[in-house]
Amino acid sequence: MNIMDHAVDLPVWAAILVSFFLVVGSGLTLIGTIGFSRLPSFYERIHAPTLGTSWGTGGIVMASMIFFTVLATRPVIHEILIGIFVTVTTPVTLMLLARAALHRDRAEGNPDVLAEVSPDEPKSGPALGE
Amino acid sequence: MLPYPLLSASLVIMWLALNGFTLGHLILGCIVAVFASWGMASLRPAKPRLKKWYLLPKLVGIVLYDIVRSNIAVASIILGGHKRKFKSGFITVPLDVESPMALAVLAVVVTSTPGTAWLEYNSLNRTVLIHVLDLVDEAEWQTLIKGRYEALLMEIFE
Repeated sequence: MNIMDHAVDLPVWAAILVSFFLVVGSGLTLIGTIGFSRLPSFYERIHAPTLGTSWGTGGIVMASMIFFTVLATRPVIHEILIGIFVTVTTPVTLMLLARAALHRDRAEGNPDVLAEVSPDEPKSGPALGE
Repeated sequence: MLPYPLLSASLVIMWLALNGFTLGHLILGCIVAVFASWGMASLRPAKPRLKKWYLLPKLVGIVLYDIVRSNIAVASIILGGHKRKFKSGFITVPLDVESPMALAVLAVVVTSTPGTAWLEYNSLNRTVLIHVLDLVDEAEWQTLIKGRYEALLMEIFE
């Protein structure tokens, strides 16, 4: 709260830079959520939130780092940890969801999935139970 | 004392970044880092070998650039509306990397790049199933992943 009162002291160049990254980051996250609700199939939908977890997070983190670095006149970089942890943990949940969906689609014999996976199917067949 | 020096150093830096750069937190952070690396050692994970660590910044640079490009590509697909010009699909990419560490990094790279999602790695025939949002040419994606990321990862880790 207190530091927000000092936001008026922010130089113009920093304010422009911070707003730019904030708009880019939150805009990409918004586009990701729009895609998440609009894309037709599960495998297409898993791509949309990665906008939010890549440069969506990245842009907001950059804006935060610039804002607090300029205000505190010392480097404030701990936000980068958020970016690292989000990036490193995303594949875990994605693989969990995607493999569950793959398993279900294969078990149900879903034509969309099976038709496209089929070249790989005879080979990967025995490995499914691993 | 320090089975994983890199891990301990990262923990100390993280502790200082979160709590402030003071002598007290340096000491506290070092104690935490030592105990955490002992805990890690008792789990006995395979020790990753970074052969050419100086190539890591190059990899990070390439990946950040590619993520920017594919962010723009995926955003334009989503905003493109109902006219579905893109066709998504699965591709299988045969991989030569075997080191678990390199595979994990490759999974992070492929997943955090919008438009490609790492679905499952088949360790028997060493292929990975990837879903691509805007699939034009399967061979093009295979050469992109193998040439752009895998070659560099093999240099770094194997």
